Amino acid sequence: MRRAEIVTAVILGLLSIYLMWKSGAPPAWNPDAGRFENIGIVPGEGVGSGFWPFWLSGVMLVCSIWIGVNWFLRKSPPSRSEEPYLDSFAKRSLLLVGGGLLGFLILIELIGFYGAMFFFLIYYLGALGRHSAVRTLSIATAVPVFSFFFFDVAMRIVLPKGYMEPLFIPLYDMFL
Amino acid sequence: MDILTALMDGLWVALQPANLGLAVLGVVIGLFVGAMPGLGSVNGVAILLPFTFVIQEMTGSYTAPMIFLAAIYYGAMYGGAISSITLGIPGASTAVATTFDGRPMALTGQADKALVAAAVASFAGGTISTVLFTMFAPPLASVALQFGDPEIFALMLLAFATFVGLGGDDIPKTIFSICFGLVLATVGFDIISGEPRLIFFDMVGFSDGIQFLVLAIGVYGIGEMIWTINASRSDDKMAEVTITAKRVMAAIRSFAGAWRGTAIGSFLGFFVGILPAAGATPGSLMAYGVTKMASKDPKSFGKGNIDGVAAPEAANNSASTGSMLPMMTLGIPGSPTTAVLLAGMVIWGLQPGPLLFSEQPDFVWPLIGSFYVSNVVALLVNLAFIPVFLWMLRMPFTILAPIIFVLSLVGTYAAYQDMFDVWLMVLFGAGAFFLRLLDYPLAPAVLAIVLGPIAEPKLRQSLLFSDGDISIFFTRPIAGPITITALILILLPLIKLIRDKLRARRAPAG
Repeated sequence: MRRAEIVTAVILGLLSIYLMWKSGAPPAWNPDAGRFENIGIVPGEGVGSGFWPFWLSGVMLVCSIWIGVNWFLRKSPPSRSEEPYLDSFAKRSLLLVGGGLLGFLILIELIGFYGAMFFFLIYYLGALGRHSAVRTLSIATAVPVFSFFFFDVAMRIVLPKGYMEPLFIPLYDMFL
Repeated sequence: MDILTALMDGLWVALQPANLGLAVLGVVIGLFVGAMPGLGSVNGVAILLPFTFVIQEMTGSYTAPMIFLAAIYYGAMYGGAISSITLGIPGASTAVATTFDGRPMALTGQADKALVAAAVASFAGGTISTVLFTMFAPPLASVALQFGDPEIFALMLLAFATFVGLGGDDIPKTIFSICFGLVLATVGFDIISGEPRLIFFDMVGFSDGIQFLVLAIGVYGIGEMIWTINASRSDDKMAEVTITAKRVMAAIRSFAGAWRGTAIGSFLGFFVGILPAAGATPGSLMAYGVTKMASKDPKSFGKGNIDGVAAPEAANNSASTGSMLPMMTLGIPGSPTTAVLLAGMVIWGLQPGPLLFSEQPDFVWPLIGSFYVSNVVALLVNLAFIPVFLWMLRMPFTILAPIIFVLSLVGTYAAYQDMFDVWLMVLFGAGAFFLRLLDYPLAPAVLAIVLGPIAEPKLRQSLLFSDGDISIFFTRPIAGPITITALILILLPLIKLIRDKLRARRAPAG
């Protein structure tokens, strides 16, 4: 945990510097403008577009250094902890749950929300949760059906359906 | 005609069967729309606006459709708390603060208490604000007009100041979190200069900005769930809650302990609600912060303090009534939802403004009467549905978790209809999980991304007005005291730190 604390502080410090750099970028349509010209107060024009994000990122950088100092002085609980940042259980759950979510997202791009949520629920309830086939199938079917009637039909928010779009055309004819 | 007589007449009209039926229907619809992550009152009101023409034709009255829309607004405000408490996902920005203590209460088997507190506090906030609305509408509208850009920025500063202490004792992590949320709020096109800002890797998706729900659902829907899976290490239920009439009555009685948060939320929420461009979200956040500061046990906030549920819920309901005040008396909408309501009034040929009360009493007083009726209806409907909401918590965690993941993804898409936001939300969720392990408080970041888009333009317009002179925030009669109060609150942790150090040094010597 102690090592993770300082590594994270360094990453967040670098992120802050990147955000400061990015905040000072001139707009693409005005290449003559210099970097960081927009982070101050321009007389007659008010505050530049980069003012707010630049100085906030500056405060973030100061905080990252402050977190680093606290780590050195062992002031924060994670900087004193000798426990591992991620133990084997955490790594395993992160892999299974995170992997499932990643698969869900990729499936949405391919077969849309309703198909993807069916397969994600089958995976989570059946494979991870070890629920019975009847319960798994019931929930995996009920959730997309309810979602379709709530979002597409009642709220008129059409969710993406990917390659499964043709299957929904008869439903559109019936309900929309 | 005095106010009381007009109000009685208005209540009589609002209690007519058709109007009462519309109020009940509106509240139920609003409750479910508000409870669904990604959808808020503005979705419900906007989607059902066309149906009000049918209602107007059927009833022949302009009041009936407005009662229906106002009831949806109220119902959604009540409903926002449900997903915050039971699922830990703030469905709308107005319910973000409810999550801080509502979810810990649910996780410790007190979901019934939290839901009852949310319902009763919402009722109290809604009713107190309606009384204030009835009595002081015209003079308060003129006070609201005194709030220009510097005053609103000072108010936003005060809102940030009140939640500086939210992250516990780790001050640098809390300040980092606030600044990170504010920086994320600047992504996209600058609304003043039109320049693109922080468009990472030139990805088009960033040009629309990062919406608060993307971060909020990422943090609470994904990050928090993965963290809970890791922390609980079992297939337990989310929380064991049994619901009986006796328990509900006990929960109602325990609400007496939340009087402080309810009172602060009701009055503060109403005042913030009437300010143009402020609305229910800053109101609920400020109410949470002020209640925490006023509490005898501020350290219990964020761990399941009932005042932490009551304050934001009273405030967001109170502010929703408050935001109708500038809409009706000045024609200025205080929130996106009131903007849609205003559009409805204009479509029906009503002219919101100072003369509305004198020229259209047959419209105004039944509508105000319906605010009272809708509040009672919303309370009863909410209490009646509590067993259904608690049933969700009795599900095994391996059923509830994937449903929350599904709702998080669908809710994010439904809100912005862009897959880029869905991917970004999951990325934020993963980041939130890793930061949470190291005790980074993430609530301040969520609050900052909500308030950032209000605060930055007000700061810049103020500085443009003063030609870059920051004394504008100190010299104006309303902005000055608010700014100074905010600065004192921001410096309070530092003052406490120095005081503790001095005490520690004196202790060995003594």
